[in-house]
Amino acid sequence: MSDLEVLTTRVTEALGDCVIEHAEACGNLVLRVRLDSWRSVAETARNTLGCNYLSFISGIDWMPAPTVGLIEGDTSTPAQPKEMTFGAAGSAGRFQVFAHVQSTVQHIGFTIKADVDEAAPHCDSWVSVYPGADWHERECWEMYGVVFDGHPSLRHLYLPAEFEGHPLRKDFPLLAREVKPWPGLTDVEPMPGSESDEETKDEAVEA
Amino acid sequence: MSSTEQPVTPTNASPDFNPVPDFEVAPGMQRHLADARVNVELDTGDMIINLGPQHPATHGTLRLVVRLDGERVIAADPVIGYMHRGYEKLTEFRTYPQVTTLINRIDWLSSFANEVPFVHAAEQLMEIEAPPRAQYIRTALTELSRIATFLLFLGEMGLQVGALTPAFYGFRDREHVLNLIESATGGRFHPNFNRIGGLKDDLPWGWIAETRNVMKIVLDACDVFEDLVLGNEIFQARTRSVGIIPGELGASYGVSGSNLRASGVDWDLRRDGAPYLSYPELDFEVFTHPDGDSYARYWVRLQETRESARMVLQLLDKMPSGPIMAKVARIIKVPAGESWVETENPLGQMGYYVVSKGGTGPFRVKIRSASFSNVSILPWMLRGVYVPDVVTILASLYFILGDIDR
Repeated sequence: MSDLEVLTTRVTEALGDCVIEHAEACGNLVLRVRLDSWRSVAETARNTLGCNYLSFISGIDWMPAPTVGLIEGDTSTPAQPKEMTFGAAGSAGRFQVFAHVQSTVQHIGFTIKADVDEAAPHCDSWVSVYPGADWHERECWEMYGVVFDGHPSLRHLYLPAEFEGHPLRKDFPLLAREVKPWPGLTDVEPMPGSESDEETKDEAVEA
Repeated sequence: MSSTEQPVTPTNASPDFNPVPDFEVAPGMQRHLADARVNVELDTGDMIINLGPQHPATHGTLRLVVRLDGERVIAADPVIGYMHRGYEKLTEFRTYPQVTTLINRIDWLSSFANEVPFVHAAEQLMEIEAPPRAQYIRTALTELSRIATFLLFLGEMGLQVGALTPAFYGFRDREHVLNLIESATGGRFHPNFNRIGGLKDDLPWGWIAETRNVMKIVLDACDVFEDLVLGNEIFQARTRSVGIIPGELGASYGVSGSNLRASGVDWDLRRDGAPYLSYPELDFEVFTHPDGDSYARYWVRLQETRESARMVLQLLDKMPSGPIMAKVARIIKVPAGESWVETENPLGQMGYYVVSKGGTGPFRVKIRSASFSNVSILPWMLRGVYVPDVVTILASLYFILGDIDR
């Protein structure tokens, strides 16, 4: 058995029926757990499995970004997917929270995901288990709007207090791209003396 | 802590104080805590002051709101985000080769080291591997950026305790290393030298011989810093027992890298993580210090600078010949999947969780930067310290604002 298989068996046995699905992604173990067991999973990971180190907590929005405002034929922006598909270990809906925990002693680590509700996303806070979860959860809350129940002070971390919206959601537009298309088809300066140069000159004269 | 004798802590001095977690108080801290009790008994008033956003000790725009009782900090709240550039959002609108340009600007002192985990994550998804020579050059440049970063720290930490000379030495010797990085990559600070599948260019003529010379300079500089700074009585008085991070608490906060090793946690991703670059083929030592204070953090970084110089020399001896690029299509498309790559960067654990949906750009990139977690322990650390020590603690944690705000 490879190290990863040993780890998978150990982790799935310790977490029991909290695990909905597990998968391997490029040598990393990814588990999808039940949302109501989010905090108890962290406790098991820390106390039973010895994962004393919190790497990060974040969110993910699986919805494809709407391509409003992007100019047809502009190849500078990568094509966005059209259908909602999910990554390793699957998902029940649009939003997920995911976290990575590690052990500094046994040198193991795995990623935990949980599906959160789309209309009113919320999940339990990990602050009581990993104190470092504080800032990560604040960031996730402001970027995705996931409310962490039991967090001591869920307030803005990066953005000003009056900021509205959740920037990392896929339906939040990247305004810079919509106001001015990225240098591409539309932003080419005409060569001096070329036809398009003459046209711009004419337009400038008319204006 | 033994439960029989109750030490004087702000917690049992007054219920108004923020609870301080129950950790063993180092001998040097006892007088601070006793002093605190006097302040409480005299009922001196609190004062709230801002350290920053512009402050020499913050290396950028970190604002610290501190509540003071006399000269002592009773609560501190770091306010970040003055340099938030939204890289996680921007990566979703860039192609893979364009993303490396962005992530150069996360930790701008060791840009090359930032590129490596991202490029590695894309390579994992594409199931390609850079040729051995490219791996060796990557490793050498990563270690060089570590040396450049640490030399600045070694000099600048002296500056924060009032010693001006080390700062000049640090900048002077770092210049040699930056010249090496520049001659190999073309960029002093933002090389953007990694390509998915290898490197942009091979090493220039004479680079290896020049690097050997510079590594001698670096090793000499480390001896100078050891005598000049570590052996200095004032430096020791200012850093010993100041800003102690207990190892287990640090780990649960996500503190990583030299900061965690200075707290006695023997964990280095170059040795303990998933094998990456040419580290499995190198012979190197991982240094830990049991104290966890500012002095320990300086000591660990000094030893690691030496060790990095030795690693670079090993790499130069073993440098294989061969191609520097794997076969990669001109337009890079990354198959759907997820990949998590973490590396031991100068500032700590740097990781990218890359989610691809099979296009030319990533669908989601979670950037796990080291300084963000390293600084998140500040509210705990700064309780009960004196204002001048705040500056040395900030300097000894060694963060880069771009690495916090991303």
